[in-house]
Amino acid sequence: MRKAKEKPPNLRIKLAGISLRNPVMVASGTFGYGEEYAELVDLNRLGAIVVKTITLKPRLGNEPPRIVETASGILNSIGLQNVGIDAFINEKLPFFRKYDVPLIVSIAGETIDEYVQLAKTLRREKIAALELNLSCPNIKYKKKLMFAQDPQATHQVVSRVRKATSLPLMVKLSPNVTDIASIAKVCEEAGADGVSLINTFTGMAIDVESREPILRQITGGLSGPAIKPIALRMVYEVHKVVGIPIIGIGGIMTVGDALEFIIAGAEAIAIGTGNFVDPLTPIKVINGIRKYMIKNKIKDIKSIVGSLKCPKD
Amino acid sequence: MVQMDAKILENREIAHQRYKMVLSAPQIGRQVQPGQFIHARVCKSFPPLLRRPFSVHRVDGEKIELLYKVVGKGTEILSRKNRGEYLDILGPLGKGYQFPQKKGQVQYLKELPSGPSKISDIILVAGGTGVASLLFLAESISAGNTKLPILVLIGAKSKEELLCEGDFRRLGCRVEVATEDGTRGYKGLVSELLEKCPPLSGDSPKPIVFACGPSEMLKRIGKISRKHRFPCQVSLEEHLTCGVGACLGCVVKVKGSTYTYKRVCKDGPVFDAGELIWE
Repeated sequence: MRKAKEKPPNLRIKLAGISLRNPVMVASGTFGYGEEYAELVDLNRLGAIVVKTITLKPRLGNEPPRIVETASGILNSIGLQNVGIDAFINEKLPFFRKYDVPLIVSIAGETIDEYVQLAKTLRREKIAALELNLSCPNIKYKKKLMFAQDPQATHQVVSRVRKATSLPLMVKLSPNVTDIASIAKVCEEAGADGVSLINTFTGMAIDVESREPILRQITGGLSGPAIKPIALRMVYEVHKVVGIPIIGIGGIMTVGDALEFIIAGAEAIAIGTGNFVDPLTPIKVINGIRKYMIKNKIKDIKSIVGSLKCPKD
Repeated sequence: MVQMDAKILENREIAHQRYKMVLSAPQIGRQVQPGQFIHARVCKSFPPLLRRPFSVHRVDGEKIELLYKVVGKGTEILSRKNRGEYLDILGPLGKGYQFPQKKGQVQYLKELPSGPSKISDIILVAGGTGVASLLFLAESISAGNTKLPILVLIGAKSKEELLCEGDFRRLGCRVEVATEDGTRGYKGLVSELLEKCPPLSGDSPKPIVFACGPSEMLKRIGKISRKHRFPCQVSLEEHLTCGVGACLGCVVKVKGSTYTYKRVCKDGPVFDAGELIWE
C-alpha cells in the first residue's frame, strides 16, 4: 500500500495580524536596512525584518570605540546612528519593493510626541508593523530612565501611538528592570499588539592597563549568547501574564536556542548578534525548526508555543 | 561578496608568531582587489564569538593568501589550523586601495581631496604585518602598465620581524628598511624614513603614498602627507563586528560640515588620509 504523502509541517504564523511565512525574524540594529545582507541571505526566506531604529532627525551616533567583544557576548553603544525618518522613507524603503518580506520598522523618540510623529509619518508606507524601541540605553526619557523602565511613561507612549496609527504595534522591552512582566502587562493594557523582549543589558568592560573603560560611553548594551538564559527566563515570566504575542530575542545562535524561546512562550523569535557571527543563522534556524517538527511529528508550529512542561508542586 | 567554507591549503609560521595561510577560494580570488579583506570565523564554538578580519595578502588564481600575526585568542586558534581543514569566510569585503593600473589612469587622483595632476612615483609604507595588503597592491600595480617606479618602505621592531622584503624586490620595487632597534637598515620609525624621501617637498611632481600598519604609524604618515601635500591612502586596522556595514560599530570620524562617521568595514578600510580626523 502506498504511504500517504506527509503534509509538510506548517511554520506559518499570524502575529498581531501580520502573516509570516515562519517565526524567525532578524532583530533591529543587527541587520542594518536589509541591503547590507542581501547578497548573503535570501531576504524572502525570513519571517520578517526589523530594521535599525529610526528617529525623526538623523543621528550621528556615539564617539567610538562603540563595540567590544566580551565572553560570549558583545557590548555596544552605537548611539542610534541612523539616517532619520525622511531619508529612510526616500532612500532605504524603496529597496524592499523587490522583496516579499514583512518589514517591521523600529522607531525611537526622545519625547512621546516624537514617537507619535514618527508613527504618523509612517502611516502611508508599505510596512507590516511598528516596533516601539522604548529600551535604547542611549535615549533617556527622564530621571536617567529609559521609557521601558517607567511603567507610567510606557503606558503613555504606547497609548498615544496606538491612537495615531492602525499599524500593528510591538513594544521592545528592556531587561534592565526589576519586573519585566509588569511592564509587558502595561503595554498590553495600553493597546500594544505584541512585545519584543529583550533589548540589551547594561554592562561595561575595563582596560586594566590604562584603567579606562573600553567603550567611549563607559557603559553599553550586552547582547549575544551570554544573555540567552536570562532572556529566556524573561520570556517565560512575561508569557505567564500577557495574552498578546511575544517575540523572543536574546542570544539566539542555534535552532535549539530558538525552540527554547518558542516553548517558553514566544510566538516568534528574532536573531540579533547571531547575524554578525554567521549571516546564515536565521536560515539555519528556519531549516532546523522544520526538521525538528518533522522528527517530532509536529504539524503546526503554533502547537508548541508556550508548551513548557513544568513539574507540578 | 560570498560566504564560503574555504579549504586550507597551507598554514605555516614564516617568522616568529607570523603565519601565512593559503586558502582555496575561487569566488573570492576572482573578485578581490588590493586592500579588501575577508572575515573569518575561526571556530564554531565561542568564545571568541566574533569573526576576525584579515586583508588579502596575495592572489594566485583561485587561491588567496593571508599573512597574520598571532595577537590574541582568535589568531591563536587560527594558527593551529591544519592543511585540509575548512575555514568559514566572508568576502571580499570593504573598499580597497584606489591605484593607477594603466599609464593614463592617473586621472582619478584629481578626484581625491589632495590629488595632484602629476605624480612622480608610488611609495608603499608598511609597518609590521601591514605588508600583507601592500604586497598584493604592488603585485597589482606591477601587473598593470603604469611605468611608475615603486618604492617600498618597510618598518619593523627588529630584523627578525621584517616581512616580505624579498617579495617586493623580486617585483622590481626599490626597498628600504627601518627597524626600531637598528638591527637592519635605518634605525628608527618607518615614518621618519618617509619624511627623508627627497621629492616630498616643493612644487615638483609628488609621489602617491599607500600606507598600512599600526594606527600610530598611520597617524604620523597622515600628518606628513598634510604637511607636504601629497596624496596618501591609509588602510585602517580596527576590531570589526559584522564586517558588512550593518552594525555601525567600527566607525571613524571623517571631515564634513563639522564631522561625520564612516564605517571602516564598508566605506574603508582604505581611506584618503586627507578625509580622516585623527584624534
